[in-house]
Amino acid sequence: MAKRIEAVNVSAYYGSFRAIDNITMAIEPKSVTALIGPSGCGKSTFLRSINRMHEVLPGAKVGGQLLIDGQNIYDRDIDVTAVRRMIGMVFQRPNPFPTMSIYENVVAGLRLNGVRKKSLLDAACEKALRGANLWNEVKDRLNRPGAGLSGGQQQRLCIARTIAVEPQVVLMDEPCSALDPISTLAIEDLIAELKNEYTIVIVTHNMQQAARVSDRTGFFSIDKTGEPGRLIEYDDTAKIFTNPSVKRTEDYITGRFG
Amino acid sequence: MSAEVVSHAVGARSSLKTRRLPKWTPAGVAGAAVVIALLAVYLPGAGGPVLTGIAAALIFLIGLTVLSAAVENGRAARNRLATSLVYAAFVLALAPLLSVAYTLLVKGSDRMSLYFLQVSMNNVSAFDNEGGAYHAIIGTLEQAGIATLITVPLGVLGAIYIVEYGRGRLSMLIRFFVDVMTGIPSIVAGLFILAFWVLIVSPYFNNGRPQYSGFAAALALSVLMLPTVVRSTEEMLRLVPGALREGAYALGIPKWRTILRIVLPTAAPGIVTGVMLAVARACGETAPVILVAFGNPAINFNPFSGGQESLSLFVYDQAGAASKYAPGRAWAAALTLVVLVLALTVAAKLLARRNKLGR
Amino acid sequence: MSHTSLTTTPVDAQGAGGGGALPRGRRFGAETVFRGAATAAGSMVLVIIVAIAIFLIVKAIPSLRADHESFFTYQQWFADSSPAKFGIAAIAFGTVLTSALALLMAVPVALGIALCLTHYAHRRVASVLGFFVDLLAAVPSVVFGLWGRDYFYRPVSDFAKWLHDNFGWIPLFGSNGPYGRSILLGSIVLAIMVLPIVTSLSREVFLQTPTQNEEAALALGATKWEMIRTAVLPYGRPGIIAAVMLGLGRALGETIALALTLGAVYNVSFDLLGPGGNTIAANIALKFGEANPTGRSALIASGLVLFAITLVVNMTARAIVYRRREFTGGAA
Repeated sequence: MAKRIEAVNVSAYYGSFRAIDNITMAIEPKSVTALIGPSGCGKSTFLRSINRMHEVLPGAKVGGQLLIDGQNIYDRDIDVTAVRRMIGMVFQRPNPFPTMSIYENVVAGLRLNGVRKKSLLDAACEKALRGANLWNEVKDRLNRPGAGLSGGQQQRLCIARTIAVEPQVVLMDEPCSALDPISTLAIEDLIAELKNEYTIVIVTHNMQQAARVSDRTGFFSIDKTGEPGRLIEYDDTAKIFTNPSVKRTEDYITGRFG
Repeated sequence: MSAEVVSHAVGARSSLKTRRLPKWTPAGVAGAAVVIALLAVYLPGAGGPVLTGIAAALIFLIGLTVLSAAVENGRAARNRLATSLVYAAFVLALAPLLSVAYTLLVKGSDRMSLYFLQVSMNNVSAFDNEGGAYHAIIGTLEQAGIATLITVPLGVLGAIYIVEYGRGRLSMLIRFFVDVMTGIPSIVAGLFILAFWVLIVSPYFNNGRPQYSGFAAALALSVLMLPTVVRSTEEMLRLVPGALREGAYALGIPKWRTILRIVLPTAAPGIVTGVMLAVARACGETAPVILVAFGNPAINFNPFSGGQESLSLFVYDQAGAASKYAPGRAWAAALTLVVLVLALTVAAKLLARRNKLGR
Repeated sequence: MSHTSLTTTPVDAQGAGGGGALPRGRRFGAETVFRGAATAAGSMVLVIIVAIAIFLIVKAIPSLRADHESFFTYQQWFADSSPAKFGIAAIAFGTVLTSALALLMAVPVALGIALCLTHYAHRRVASVLGFFVDLLAAVPSVVFGLWGRDYFYRPVSDFAKWLHDNFGWIPLFGSNGPYGRSILLGSIVLAIMVLPIVTSLSREVFLQTPTQNEEAALALGATKWEMIRTAVLPYGRPGIIAAVMLGLGRALGETIALALTLGAVYNVSFDLLGPGGNTIAANIALKFGEANPTGRSALIASGLVLFAITLVVNMTARAIVYRRREFTGGAA
């Protein structure tokens, strides 16, 4: 059920500032793609333009085409909410709804879609929590506030919330940057499992993480501050980290990047 | 079981396309609603312009929602309804503001003249087409001025206690009751000064008889202004960077001098803004002035002896007088009052915008 | 800030840096005086609130002794006649009824405006519109009263007639006129007056909603309205409740606008359209001019009741705000 993503000349703007310029790349279904690069290079902006979350910010807009199985999600008659349901997103900081219990957090997306039947919600909740490797830790306290969990658990709760609506693609924006090493490991294991069902795109600052979890890696960079971010190199992860074809990629990966 | 869930999960839906109403739909529906309301309500004489407006708004809300539900889907329809209601709330609030402003300008300018601002109501009966608001302007300025003189030192010192010295329970208690005190009704403040100052204290200075005065009104206004001044000063003091204080302490400057010479000057523009807003509100208060200043048709420069008028009290008096000339005076005085209050408010906001201690 | 201006205290011959033995701290220095003055000024707030209660009680007692009727259940107000007969039943009822109606009308509109300012309108437009709401708050209540009594009564009378013609079978709308100063008019004017405070408080609450929660809802495929219902409203609920209570406190104490727009009738009646309505505060303003000493004392007694009610309402509201502040970790 995973989908293929194809970006064709995608540019994104904040007001008149062009944050990314002419990104063209294809992301295969049921794979993990990592986006790496220095701060401000536009990798998160590109990620957010894949599920039309970029335009949520005031003055932000996107140009170019983003095709999901050949369908451009920026066409006029596209239902934005359907796009976001099909392409789920996990954010940098764990963001469970603070007023909701663990259970309510997981089924929030389903309730938005009009699922009311308790038995369906219960089943979906268990499935999503198991899928996020969280079920055993929280099954006895589903009615406790989601904000009471540890940081790593909260992030897995957010992943459960995302996969509960059974999307095709899961986008992750530096999902481990606010977590300790053990929680990070748990999330990385989870990503490896999720790959069997979903197309996953992950933005990360951590190159070891990119090397560990991803099949393909895209390297983004900017020429200087104020210039738009560009996709410098996109290839199999193994190749990027052992034998990159562009000098700048090599500089960045070996830490010689200024 | 989970297969059933999947069928509900829209993530599995293959098509992302949806039917959407064209962009001009809301404008079109709005136009149609106005026409229908005019034809059905206004022309047959079933209601005035206000009822027609309400009818048009209702037709618009229902029409757009039904159309959206039919063409798009239920969720889109609810979203459109919510958006329309949110904007409708705004129009609903703006309408009375515009009406008040319009009435003030039209009715207030009828009698407004230099003459009106320069004479009192001394020896003018309600049935004469003469008189002015000079005595009331004097009263308002004196009362608000004295109240400011009382409140500013007290309020700023109080805020300094809360921010710089306050520890533990007393400080918590004071902060809590400053907030509670902002909610004390102005009439209660007036009654308090009536009971405490006019009826109990002032007779000692006035041969045993209660002394209504502008000063008593200023006291009542002080009760109302104090919590506002404390609260806004407190917020400004908290914005002063701690590093500035520490820099002074490190130079061996005692705390009280640091506060007076460094913290207060840094926060001063913000404090002035807060005070001006408090003064503006105090100028508009009528209830306490009725109770303790009692009013006076003649000019009384002395705030400590004898009744004194104020602009708001003058408006209220003229509003209650049964004469065809009274409403004109009431509206002209109201216009004077609003111009004074708005000038203070706008000046305060402009000053706040120039304040360097941004949030 | 120049350093020299800070060290104006005359310094010993050795210079500001000192030398020799360290000076001892003085117990009664300027620091102590200043701290004492600040503490006293801060405590003034507590002193005033206690003093309000004490002086109102002291001045209320004579009339309560002279009252020939039950103060809490009698509906009329003949405090100046002898024997004095007065009670707050009707005016207290009127106070609560007009305030409740005003909030019923104002709160949905205020929440709508607050959402509009925080989540719908363009940022620059929102700041201009917010300024208009602040202007609404700056208009003195006597102006609203005058406007309501002389101009706004017309559309309200039309509305009252329409309500009676179409819904006259509901007892609330039973009166068939004349339609002028009524509970309906008073409570609508009151609603307009409490609108700014409820709006500005709930606007602050909505602004505090964490952006990440809003984005989480949107990323789940929520429409804008669903995002508001999922992330913004639940998060803001305690703050909204506090804003409503503070609006209630404001409404309960409003005096002049109601003295001009209510019918000043002493009865307990749910008739919203006909001439009627009175409140504790309006009654004080209306009766004070011709009150004799007993009458004045009686008005103070009714003011004491108003003070007690508003104190409870405000303390509850503030307690909610303070609890919430602890809960959200000191923000705001």
